[in-house]
Amino acid sequence: MTPAPITLVEGRGIALQGHDIDTDRIIPARFLKSISFAGLGNHVFADDRAATGGCHPFDRPEHQGARMLVVNRNFGCGSSREHAPQALRRWGITAVIGESFAEIFASNCLALGMPCLRGEAGAIGEIQQLIQEQPGVDFCLPLATSTLHGLDRHWPLMMESGPQTMLLSGCWDATGLLLSHGDELRRTALRLPYFHNFASTR
Amino acid sequence: MGLMLPWTWFFLGYGIIPLSTGTLYDKVWELHRVAELPGGQTQLFIGLHLIHEVTSPQAFAMLKEQSLRVRHPERTVATVDHIVPTTDQGRPLADPLAEAMLSALEKNCADHGLRLYGFDSGRQGIVHVIAPELGLSQPGMTIACGDSHTSTHGAFGAIAFGIGTTQVRDVLASQSLALDKLKVRRISIHGSLAPGVFAKDVALHVIRRLGVKSGVGYAYEFSGSCVAAMAMEERMTLCNMAIEAGARCGYVNPDQVCFDYLRHRPCAPSGAAWRRAVTWWRSLASDGDAVYDDQVTMDAGEIAPTVTWGITPAQAMAVDEIIPAPNQLPPGERPLAQEAYRYMDLQPGEPIAGTPVDVCFIGSCTNGRLSDLRDAALVVKGRQVADGMKAFVVPGSQQVAWAAEEEGLDAVFAQAGFEWRRPGCSMCLAMNPDRLEGRQLSASSSNRNFKGRQGSASGRTLLMSPAMVAAAAISGVVTDVRTLLGNAEDTRTGPVE
Ligand code: SF4
Repeated sequence: MTPAPITLVEGRGIALQGHDIDTDRIIPARFLKSISFAGLGNHVFADDRAATGGCHPFDRPEHQGARMLVVNRNFGCGSSREHAPQALRRWGITAVIGESFAEIFASNCLALGMPCLRGEAGAIGEIQQLIQEQPGVDFCLPLATSTLHGLDRHWPLMMESGPQTMLLSGCWDATGLLLSHGDELRRTALRLPYFHNFASTR
Repeated sequence: MGLMLPWTWFFLGYGIIPLSTGTLYDKVWELHRVAELPGGQTQLFIGLHLIHEVTSPQAFAMLKEQSLRVRHPERTVATVDHIVPTTDQGRPLADPLAEAMLSALEKNCADHGLRLYGFDSGRQGIVHVIAPELGLSQPGMTIACGDSHTSTHGAFGAIAFGIGTTQVRDVLASQSLALDKLKVRRISIHGSLAPGVFAKDVALHVIRRLGVKSGVGYAYEFSGSCVAAMAMEERMTLCNMAIEAGARCGYVNPDQVCFDYLRHRPCAPSGAAWRRAVTWWRSLASDGDAVYDDQVTMDAGEIAPTVTWGITPAQAMAVDEIIPAPNQLPPGERPLAQEAYRYMDLQPGEPIAGTPVDVCFIGSCTNGRLSDLRDAALVVKGRQVADGMKAFVVPGSQQVAWAAEEEGLDAVFAQAGFEWRRPGCSMCLAMNPDRLEGRQLSASSSNRNFKGRQGSASGRTLLMSPAMVAAAAISGVVTDVRTLLGNAEDTRTGPVE
C-alpha cells in the first residue's frame, strides 16, 4: 500500500495563539482510554474548550470546516501521543503552520501525511490576524514552494527537505520503504554485538 | 551536521567491527544505520522496543490491516502501566475501558509472541522503571518506545527516544525507523550537590536555565563531575526530564557506575559475554576530542531545591526565591507567565514556600525508584502528614515495591499517614482512578505540570523532588526540605535505618 503524494493543501484557516501548547491540552489523557483513534476529533482541546465556554476557536461557527491550523512556538510539546495529531486530523485539520514544533509531534504529523510548516514570528502573526479578521479567506499552500497564498498575499514558509520530499513523492508512510531493505537490516543487526548477546563467535 | 566520521576498527574477541569516532551519539548512530532514505532521512535499526497498553493497540491494528508480522519478536518487551489502578489490581479491572486496553495488550503479545511483564510476572511496572532494573536497557543500544520519557534509558549510554503510534508499527514491522540525525549539546554540570538537593532539582534547574524548547533538534549529553558522581537512578531522573527541555534524547556516557548497576541483572550478559560487553560499552563513550554542536556549563553548587510555579517545567524557581514578576522574565515569556499566574492562582513577588498543598504524590518514571522512596522516607520518618492532606506513594514497579517493603519503607510511610499503593503511572497522568479534583493543588514528584495533566481540567501541579514532596506533605505547605533534614550528612544515599 503506497500512500498518495501530497502536493497541495487548501482551505480556510484557524488561528490558535500561545506558545508551548502541549499534547495533553490538544487531547487530554482521559480520551486516550481506547484501543482505536476513532472519535478523537470530537475531543480535540476538550478542556480548553470547556474552560472558554464556547469561545474557543475550535468551537466558533466561522472556523468549522477550517483546514489549516496556525499556531505559535513549540506547538505539540510534551507527551508523544499520536492521538494529538490524530484528533486534529479527525477534526478536519490537514496542515499545521507555526513558529516551531516539538519534534515528536512533527514526526507524528508526517506519519499521517499532515505537513508541519514553520514561519517567522512576524509572518505567523500576520496570518493569525488575517484569519481572525476575515475567517472566510481561503488559503492555498503548494508544498513544492512552501509558500502560503491568501487574499493576494504570500508568506514564505519553511519545511525540512526530508519531510517535504517524502510528502511530495508519496513516501511519507515509511513502512514499505523500511521493509524493502531486508538485506541491509540483516547486515546491521549482525554487526551489533548485543544482537548476539556478545557471543564469542557468530 | 555533516560530520564525516573516519572509520576505525575495534577488536572484540570474536572479530572486528567498525567503530566510528566522535560523540557516543555519533558512534551509536553509525553502528545502527541501515540505509539512507530518499527523503534524506536515515533508516536506523532499533535494538530494544518497549511497548505499553496506551500507544500500541492502534499500531497492532495497522499491522493487521497491512498483513504484516513482527520482524523481531524477541526485541520487543511489553508491560502495563498507564491505566492500572493502584489499589485493587484484580481482574477484570474495575474500569471496563482499562480492562479492554489491558486485554488487547495481552492478546497482541500472545498473537505475536512478545514478552509481557503483567501483574503476575513479579516484574510489572512503569516501562521506564522496569527495563533498566531488568538489565534490558544497555549502553550502545537504540531504544524506542511510544512514550516521550523513553529518554530515561539514555542514562545507560543508549540512544533512547519516544515515538508515535505509527512509528511503533514501523518498529514492529521492520525493527527500524526513518529518522533525522540530531545535533548534540553537551551539558557539563560541575561540582557537587548540597544536602537536600537531588537529581530532580538538577533537571528542573537545567530546564529553567535552557527553556522547554532549547532541546528541539538536539540530543543532550550530560557530563561533568556532578553527573559522574550520580548513581544510575539519579542519572535516569536527569535523562528522563531531557524531553521536558525539548530534547528527544538525553544520555550519559557509560562508565563503571553504569556497569556495576547492570552486573547480575536478569537480562544483562554474564560470564565471558559480560567481559566482552564491558569492553565494547567502554569504547562507545564520547571521545575526548569529539565535536559538539553546542556546549553549556553549569555549577552544581548553585542549584537549590527547585519547584515549579507555572504550567511548564521551565517555570521553575528555587524554593527560597519569590515568584518572578513579568519584568524579570524575557519579553517572549511574559504572556505565558500571565497565563500561569491566572491558572495557578499564584502571585508574582510572593514566595512559593508556604503555599498550601492539597495532594502529595510520590511516584512516576521520574522519581518512583527505590532511592527516591528512601529520600522521601528520610524526611517522613517519625513525622505525620498535615491534617486533611491526601498523600500517597506509588512505587515505580513491583520490584521497587518489594525492595522498599523489605526495607520497611512502606511502614515508614504508612505510619506517617501516606497511602502505600501498587505500581503504575498513577497520578502522573491520571488515566487511572488517581486524580486531582477541581482546583486542587498537588506537590508531585512527576514530570509535567501542564494544565489538566493530573486528571482535573482545572487541577494544578507543582513539580519537585520526592524529598520536597515529603516535606510538603508533613508541613501542609510548600517547604524547603533542608529545614526538615537537620544536619544529616549525605541525604542522597543509603537506606533509612
Ligand atoms: S510515569 Fe508519567 S511520564 Fe512516566 S511513563 Fe507513566 S505517564 Fe508517562
